[in-house]
Amino acid sequence: MTTRLTILAAIRDVAAEQGKTLAPLNDDLPLMETGLDSLCFAILVARLEDALGADPFTSAGDGRLPSTVGELIAFYDAALV
Amino acid sequence: MVASGRGRRVATRDFTLELERFAAAGSLGDDLARLEGRSVLLAVGDMAKAAAALIDLDGVARQIVLCPPGAGAEALVALARASAADALVYDGDAPAPEIEVATRVACRLPLAPLAAPRVARLVTEWAMPTSGTSGPPKLVAHSLATLTAAFRPVSGQRWATFYDIRRYGGLQILLRALAGAESLTLGDLSESVDAFLVRLGEAGATHISGTPSHWRKVLMSGEAARIAPQRVRLSGEIADDAVIAGLRALYPRAHVEHAYASTEAGVAFVVSDGRAGFPANFVGDDGEVALRIVDDVLRVRSNRAALRYLGAEAPALKDSDGFVDTGDVVALSGDRYLFVGRRGGIINVGGAKVHPEEVEAALNAHAAVRASRVFARKSPITGALVAAEIVLRDGAAADEATKRDILAACRAALPAYKAPSFLSFVAELPMTDGGKLARHG
Repeated sequence: MTTRLTILAAIRDVAAEQGKTLAPLNDDLPLMETGLDSLCFAILVARLEDALGADPFTSAGDGRLPSTVGELIAFYDAALV
Repeated sequence: MVASGRGRRVATRDFTLELERFAAAGSLGDDLARLEGRSVLLAVGDMAKAAAALIDLDGVARQIVLCPPGAGAEALVALARASAADALVYDGDAPAPEIEVATRVACRLPLAPLAAPRVARLVTEWAMPTSGTSGPPKLVAHSLATLTAAFRPVSGQRWATFYDIRRYGGLQILLRALAGAESLTLGDLSESVDAFLVRLGEAGATHISGTPSHWRKVLMSGEAARIAPQRVRLSGEIADDAVIAGLRALYPRAHVEHAYASTEAGVAFVVSDGRAGFPANFVGDDGEVALRIVDDVLRVRSNRAALRYLGAEAPALKDSDGFVDTGDVVALSGDRYLFVGRRGGIINVGGAKVHPEEVEAALNAHAAVRASRVFARKSPITGALVAAEIVLRDGAAADEATKRDILAACRAALPAYKAPSFLSFVAELPMTDGGKLARHG
């Protein structure tokens, strides 16, 4: 599965487990408007670390953090190169 | 300390002490006289020798310092300094530890006849390590009076315990048994729970005590039916509803109780109503044991509490009203206080506090779960997330369906940030030597 598909599937799984209604996902959707709260986000990042072997939020340094769904996917793609 | 009576004994896996023999024999020989009035470090390899040495030393030594089993030379030096020890009783079957003391005496079994009767005229002080989880253990001083203040008369019973008699919990049991029980059966760290249960069955043990973690192992053991206890006591950790209910179901004719005690505070109270926590009406300043709740933490004042901490930089044991701060956080739920965890053990999830013990109680309530350990998983988003390891009950499937079911039950019982975000199945949980769940790796 591509990084994109893994991340989108994980977002849907976490939202379902935590009982959150997701906004329709597209690359331009701001992360803050997805329907995920910070707890959901934290769980998502940890699950992606287990699934992809990387946690770019921890290794981020002082670069820009993603603010949309598309930027989140690119963030992980860059970390997995 | 030792009541008279024929046939009374203390048995470990490898040795049985016949208590009536102490009238004319001992484990320290006639060298015992050299220890009179001294502060004596007791550092022997097994509990049979420890029990024998304690019987020999009581009334002779000014102070007995119980060293934790396996303490190395460095630890012994620190204990000697904190307790101003000037003598050492060491294991006669091993090389004497390399520490500087004025006198050292070997402890040997079997008991050897004494040339002259023991002269026991001092009120001995008993120093022992606390079970603190961070840093080196602190020493507290007890007397026989504080150690035995909670006793009720004991006669003809057969006692047993998972605890080590060199720590407060086990020492309590030893002293009670010496005061009148027919027998005391002690465990061994290298012995499996199955083998211990077989031995307890053979000894006909009636009064058995251990931590909730010990008892969960009994609930998982194929040899659980070997014993027919009259009294099952849990102590040392939070006893949740699940383990209490499990034991009541397994041993329907036994009285199941949990005791709240610590090395510093002593035995505070016993709860026998089959429920976790304790009645709110226990709290108050009256009576032999006074309880206060200060900033959600339990404080205890009683005649069973330790006298003081030992050592040069020892902190004060009691507050200005004589209360010991137990460090145990409680929460009022209706007419009952529940134990929610240790003050220092909190997991911080995005600013919200979570006690691992509270989450464990919720997990343990699930039909598929036998035992659990909850811990923090680091998160760059919230600081930490709650994770859990589960030991499943026999017959429960270690699959995704079970996992989802357990997590869903937790989310129904707890706020979202407290329910575990990660769950894994393990064969067993890490335990300390004292029989408590090990929380730091």
